[in-house]
Formats: sequence, C-alpha cells, structure tokens
Amino acid sequence: MAGKKKLPLSGNTAIAYAAKAADVDVISAYPITPQTTIVEKLAEFVANGELNAEVIHVESEHSALSAAVGASAAGARVFTASSSQGIALMYEIMFIASSMRLPIVMAMATRALSAPINIWNDHGDFMAASDTGWVMMMAHTNQEAHDDVILAYKIAEHPDVLLPVITAIDGYFMSHTIEPVEPIEREEALKFIPKKVTWRVLDPDNPVTMGPLGTPEWYYEFKRQQHEAMKKAREVFDEATKEFEKTFGRNYEPVEYFMMDDAEYALVAMGSVAGNVKAYIVREARKRGIKLGLIRVKLFRPFPAEEIAEVISNLKAVGVIDRALAFGSSYGGPLYGDTLSAAYIRGIDTPIVNFVAGLGGRPVTFHDIKTMVDATLALDGKTRKDVPKEPYFIGVRE
Amino acid sequence: MTAQLPGWKSLPPGAVITRPGSTVEYKTHDWRTLRPVIDQERCIRCRLCWLYCPEGTIIELDKPYTTKAGRKYTRTYEINYDYCKGCGICAQECPAKAIKMIEEVR
Repeated sequence: MAGKKKLPLSGNTAIAYAAKAADVDVISAYPITPQTTIVEKLAEFVANGELNAEVIHVESEHSALSAAVGASAAGARVFTASSSQGIALMYEIMFIASSMRLPIVMAMATRALSAPINIWNDHGDFMAASDTGWVMMMAHTNQEAHDDVILAYKIAEHPDVLLPVITAIDGYFMSHTIEPVEPIEREEALKFIPKKVTWRVLDPDNPVTMGPLGTPEWYYEFKRQQHEAMKKAREVFDEATKEFEKTFGRNYEPVEYFMMDDAEYALVAMGSVAGNVKAYIVREARKRGIKLGLIRVKLFRPFPAEEIAEVISNLKAVGVIDRALAFGSSYGGPLYGDTLSAAYIRGIDTPIVNFVAGLGGRPVTFHDIKTMVDATLALDGKTRKDVPKEPYFIGVRE
Repeated sequence: MTAQLPGWKSLPPGAVITRPGSTVEYKTHDWRTLRPVIDQERCIRCRLCWLYCPEGTIIELDKPYTTKAGRKYTRTYEINYDYCKGCGICAQECPAKAIKMIEEVR
C-alpha cells in the first residue's frame, strides 16, 4: 500500500472521510462540541455533491438517533455522531437501536458529562453507553478513527451481528488534532463493505411490525439473542480486522500490546492517554530498566476478557487508567471493573490497581504516569489481596 | 406458561413480527377483571357502546330481538370477550344503564 496519498486530517475530519467512503445514505445528527465538525464536514460533502446522502436536521439528539433508527429500519446505511450530553439525551434510543438490531454507526468524540458543564475530554459519556447493547470501539490515532468507521459497518451489518456500533475518539485530543491519515477511497471501501441490506426492513411488499410490545412471555428471549449477537460481534471483529489488514495493510486487534513481549508490569488504558503511556514507556521507564508495557483496549464491547486475562496472568503487577468514575461501584473506574473481573474470574492472582485520571479534560502528565507506574511497581511480589480497595485519584487537589 | 413458545434461537432478531395481521392471535382479554354484560331487554340500540369502545370489541349483529314488552329490534349488540379488556367505558356511557360490569371469575 506504499505511496498512497496521506492527508493532514483532524480526528473528526478523518471520521467524516470514512463515512463518505462508506457511502452512507442518511446522516442524522445534532451539533455538539466536540463532535460537530464530523457532521459539518459531511454536510459539506453532501452540499458539494461528493456524497449522495440525506442530511436530516433534527431538534435534539433524541430525535437524531430516532431518525437514524427509522432510516435504518427502512434499509438505509445510517451514520450519526455525538458527544457527552448528546449521548445522554440519546440514551433511551440507544437501547432501542440495539434491541431492534439496527446496524447504525455512531462516531463519538468523548467529552465529560455535566455538571459542572465541561466541554473537555474524559470517558464519562462513553462509559455511560457501555450497557446499551452497542458494540464499542475506541481509537487512539486519527488513522484508526478513520478505519474504525469502515470496520464498524463491516461488523454492524454482518447478518450474525446486526448491532449498532460506536466508534469513539477522544474529544479535542483527537477530534481537533491533525495527524497524517491515508483515507480509504469509496471504491475500495465499498468492496470491503458492499451495500447490501442484511437486516429486516420496512417494505410494503413484505409487511413487518418492528418494535412491537414484548410481553413477559417474549421479552427475555430477545435479550438472550442480544447477548449472543455480542459474542458473534467478537468473532466478526476478528474476521473483519483480518480482511481489513489484507485489503488495506493496517492491522487492528481488540487489544493492542505495546512493548509487552518482555514486560513484567503493564498499564491498561484506552484512547489518547495510551499515547502518553507509550511515550513514557520509551522515554522514561525502559531507560530506567523498568520492564513496563501497555495494554491498550480498543474493543470495549464486547470486552476482550480472554486476551486481557491471558496477558495479565504473566505479569507481576498491573495498573488500570480510568478516565471515568463508576460512582458507588465496588471497583472505581469502569475499565478497572471489566479488567478485574476478566482476570479474577479466571483465578489470576496478579495485583491490579486502579488510577482515575484526566477527568473533565485535566491533562494526564508524564508526572502523573510516573506516579501510576510507581504505585504499580509497589505491588511487586504482592497478590490481589494486597490491592488498595479504593482507586488512586491522580491529579486531583486534596 | 412459556414452555410451548419458540425459544430464542428460532425467533427473528429484534422482535420483528413477520406475519401481518398476527395480532389477532394475541387475545388481550386476560387482564380483564370486570366483564361487561349487556341486558338485551334494557338496551335501546343507540350504538353508543359501539362508538365508545376503545378496542372495537362491541359487535353489531343483524340479529332481530323482541323484548318481553313486545318492542322489536333488527339489531343486537354483543361483546367480543376475546379482546374486551374490561375497561367499563361502555357501561359508563350507556344511557339506558343496560351494561353491567360483573366480576370476572376464571
């Protein structure tokens, strides 16, 4: 694939280019910072005649996703995007989209939830969506953000899956930051994700009822189906990423391992902060002889529990960086909760500790990462019984 | 109650109902606690129950009826108990007080 043209694109623009390449039929969205420039760019593509799609201007995110549900039910390839309060307002319809098994793709530029009102980045909105039945991915480069949209349609529209997919990037840190991106052209994208309606749609010649009442005799069976669809989504993710690599030359895994071959310690992270951790590993930890690696979780739902547990089982201690809080939970941060149960349900004794950092756009500095690494190293020779029961709140003023 | 119904593996994804008109198979009467009963002697065939019933469960029949007092009607109103939910609107609206709500015993 050498010699292909690269463009300097922000994360949001990279996502818009991908939706254009996917030849989406309907874009239904409501502006919200820091997502806005995704749909702004798409509206520009449509206005310029570069993309033949219906742009639905709605009065709220609740309506944005409702219109997306309707369009998808009619057989359209649908795209939407949102952030923070927008995701919160969509919450009701997110469950409906996944339960109705509609392969909508939504880009999320993650942002802190109010109050106090805050337009900066953390994972509060992303984590709030974690039980809505959507497949969820988080990128950490703009190229990956671009590619994820193409991958998302591949997974969403697979007849064994038929689930909506969230492709997330960190607000500002990625959404408004420019990196070189090699855009996938429409022709090659559509070879990878041909436009074929694989789901039941509204059709006057074959009438169906969608979204009916599910009485106690029927409801549970459909939830059981969704559980299975999530399991299938994992299989399809693996097939899709393999085919993606063959086609486009870029390899994605549910979990990215960075300098893990000889690692004795690791930090688990998602999104842009993983970049800071990588830099810390190379510039600081390894120079000091600390065998530190990074486990970056790309696929959050379905959670790659097997792989994470496997790699953790060989380590002396692990720290999990959460950029959100699960208030009142038994663990602290949501990523920590999933990591803990993935490991401990399999009887792995490695001590795993939680760091909550970077809420509401608070920078996660080298100094912060050093604090986390030091606290992780301090668990060397310990077991899970010795792990602090409260997360470390990194960078907060006492 | 659910053993004879299809399992999750054989149901269409997303609870899509693929047979048009199959709603009639879902008998909605079983949440009824009171059952409306029309007294054909008192009924004046005004059709108000038919008009007000939110479920369309009042049936208008071309069935003659003669009261004990000798009054002849060409029509008779009956209730489709498969779908009547027992809301009591018919009884409330009946100007002749010809509909009684009696306790449902199953």
